[in-house]
Amino acid sequence: MNILPIIVIDGITFASWLFLVSAGITFIFGVLRILNVAHGSLYAIGAYLGATFILQFAGQEQHSWITLPLLLLAAIVVGLTLGPLIERLFLRRVYGEDEVIGLLTTFALFLILEDVVRLIWGIQPYLVEGPFRLFGRVRIAGIAFAGYPFLLTIVAILAGLLLWFVIHHTSFGRQVTCVINDREMAGALGINVPRIDLMAFALGTFLAALGGAFTAPMTSVEPGMGASVIVLAFAVVGIGGLGSIGGAALGCIVVGIARASAVQLFPEIELFVIYALMVAVLLWRPQGLFGAIELRKI
Amino acid sequence: MSEPATRTNLPLAAIAVFAVIAVLPLFLSDWIGFLVALALAKGIVVLGVVLLLRGGLISFGHALYFAIGAYTAGFLANRFGIGEALVALPLATIISALVAAALGLLLARFRGIYFAMLSLALSMILYTVLIKFYDFSGGTDGLSVRGFAIAGVTPADPGLAQYYLVLVVTAAVVYVGARFLASPLGYLMQAVRYNEIRIEYLGASASHAILASYIVSGAISGLGGALVAYLVGHVSPELAFWVMSGDFVFVAVLGGTGSVFAPLIGSIAFEFVKNYALKFSPNTWQLTLGVFLLAVIYFQPQGLWALFTRSRAKPR
Amino acid sequence: MTAAMIDVQNVSRAFDMLRAVDDVSLSVGKGETVGIIGTNGSGKTTLLNLITGYLQPTSGRIVFQGTDITGLGPRRITALGVARSFQIPQLYTGLTVLDNILIAIAAHSGRSADFWMPMYRHDCVTKAYELLAQFGLRDQAAGTVSNLPEGGRKVLDVALSVILEPKVLLMDEPTSGVSARDKFSIMDTLMPAFKERGVTTIFVEHDLEIMERYAERAVAFDDGKIIADGPATDVLARPEVRRAILGEG
Repeated sequence: MNILPIIVIDGITFASWLFLVSAGITFIFGVLRILNVAHGSLYAIGAYLGATFILQFAGQEQHSWITLPLLLLAAIVVGLTLGPLIERLFLRRVYGEDEVIGLLTTFALFLILEDVVRLIWGIQPYLVEGPFRLFGRVRIAGIAFAGYPFLLTIVAILAGLLLWFVIHHTSFGRQVTCVINDREMAGALGINVPRIDLMAFALGTFLAALGGAFTAPMTSVEPGMGASVIVLAFAVVGIGGLGSIGGAALGCIVVGIARASAVQLFPEIELFVIYALMVAVLLWRPQGLFGAIELRKI
Repeated sequence: MSEPATRTNLPLAAIAVFAVIAVLPLFLSDWIGFLVALALAKGIVVLGVVLLLRGGLISFGHALYFAIGAYTAGFLANRFGIGEALVALPLATIISALVAAALGLLLARFRGIYFAMLSLALSMILYTVLIKFYDFSGGTDGLSVRGFAIAGVTPADPGLAQYYLVLVVTAAVVYVGARFLASPLGYLMQAVRYNEIRIEYLGASASHAILASYIVSGAISGLGGALVAYLVGHVSPELAFWVMSGDFVFVAVLGGTGSVFAPLIGSIAFEFVKNYALKFSPNTWQLTLGVFLLAVIYFQPQGLWALFTRSRAKPR
Repeated sequence: MTAAMIDVQNVSRAFDMLRAVDDVSLSVGKGETVGIIGTNGSGKTTLLNLITGYLQPTSGRIVFQGTDITGLGPRRITALGVARSFQIPQLYTGLTVLDNILIAIAAHSGRSADFWMPMYRHDCVTKAYELLAQFGLRDQAAGTVSNLPEGGRKVLDVALSVILEPKVLLMDEPTSGVSARDKFSIMDTLMPAFKERGVTTIFVEHDLEIMERYAERAVAFDDGKIIADGPATDVLARPEVRRAILGEG
């Protein structure tokens, strides 16, 4: 049964990679009731900016540990700049409208950001393998795995814990929970809902960019990476339930394990299983496994 | 929408427009003719999206039927050597309709975001199958579509023949679409958008109207896909990717739901803008589209079509 | 006595501990105009919801023209010929008044072979305009619902149900939320239209004046039970009825 450790580890590392993006999407949906199609672009921008920082500041020494804080910095920059900008300029106007209006708005933003990326960074791929090689290989159960994905897993777990802590143990988190449950009531209770909206979107953006930044060393950073990741994220939040971060985590693990199993056992259906699962869960339980939000299903 | 006044004018305007389009090839280059035909064929798919949009349902997965239709024509030509359009087009339509009937039963229970997500997931399932099962679908290489013929005749100028084929099919679809929109089922679809519960209290079934719309929608989208397969001469998995569905939705929203012609005009505008923007500035055409879409959402949610018709009914 | 149009047989509906409708029996004959009166919470609206399929009884039967309709959903019940209007008008707010009527016609004709015919054809539109004229809405046909005054919206809501050519029409507080001046004109428009069509009419009200003017037969509700049932002039004069409704001694 040599493939079992492979499935588990591959599954968890894939899940971690997805978690950062999907946690952001589901969190934003919970607060703003908008399904952010542009989230994939924010992920991509995090990757591009992370790659840029490494190439600029770590230069030839991509192998040094300085690259990791640089990636984190890239994510923070994206979260603090693009996040508030997008929320304030583009999303604020469509709150309270039909939920598909939000979808269309973020789809428009996706189109715009895809080109913004091309304009700023061009269409050639960026390769920043330094951090990846930094972590070498790890032996588990007699099998050699690349070390870097474990870092990603740690980052994802830390991010998840941070989120959990913020939501349950800070005043911001309490206010966010309030807004998630009942926007109007939250406003009536004196919560500054626009400020919460802004901060929540910035946080979600940061998470997506974090995912992108830390993915950059694992892959070639090129146009279109956002479009591919976003559908995977949709699958995950569809399975886990919109608005639930725990659901996103579970959805990621389910998708990760399913995909890793497919890769080992029946490689042709590697991608197929993800969407098949999404359809299955949506049909059985439209609000997802942990769905917190009651949406119009009729 | 649906003021009697607008309707009585449309048939005349429609005939005029079709007449113009029919004589275009005499004046314009092959490339323009190709673009117009491509735009009309895709416009049919957009009409499919619009049929559902009238009920307030956004399908982010219409690439599914587009790809089913395209690959039907593709398989027939590539695997069976049958390039006969009069076989492929009806077959594509029927297969798409059957799939839509089956999936519609599942989808008709959903609304809003969930309808969008589920439709997206279903189309992505097809995408993953097309990508991976190389022997079946040609994988990422796709299939070439050669041997185009109409009624057994291989035309000397396939481009021109396809142009007129698309024109005739589009005219037929426009007629069917207009009749559907004006029929009781079409009216009930409008009702679904505004007050679904009331429909029950009128003794009718919302699910019924949605399912019927979905089947017609899927069928014509498959037909559009088959036409595109011939026009482009090639089918590939991208036809089922979610961004393709996004493009259809984009044009549908841009044009609005006010008329059967809105999707066609919107599609022509889209293809031409895309074509020239790609030539002059390949890295800004998506940005332009995105800005356009935002403008429509913020300022003219009923679509650009409403700018050209006096909409007495205030929308939404 | 001819077969009842609506026969409510020992119907109860409980919400947890509260018996909103408590062992109620009511028989309405063809062509009758029945007003059901009671204060808020007396159970009259619940009874209407039970008859029209919005709620299911916890016990008892509801029979329409010999057919047991207990437990059927609103769509089946409406299709059989029992229509209702709403206290808060349920309209297609983004569309024109004319389109609203056409939708109702579409719903009604949807089962016939007409399903392929355009709704804007001559006979449909004529029928729509006729109905609008009868209900005093003809001039607003091209306007949107949102432009209608409250009274117009209530009438339109009823009109949608009338176009279904129902055998029984139940109205839920047709004059609530309407100004004192308009409520009589609304009822003066509606009631003769029903009589002319031979529609059995049951309306729920808490307004005594409306009851006195328009009900032939009055059924008084209190605390989930019927406390009086008979000719309107008779029932509405009884002290125990007035006490239950108005609180006067």
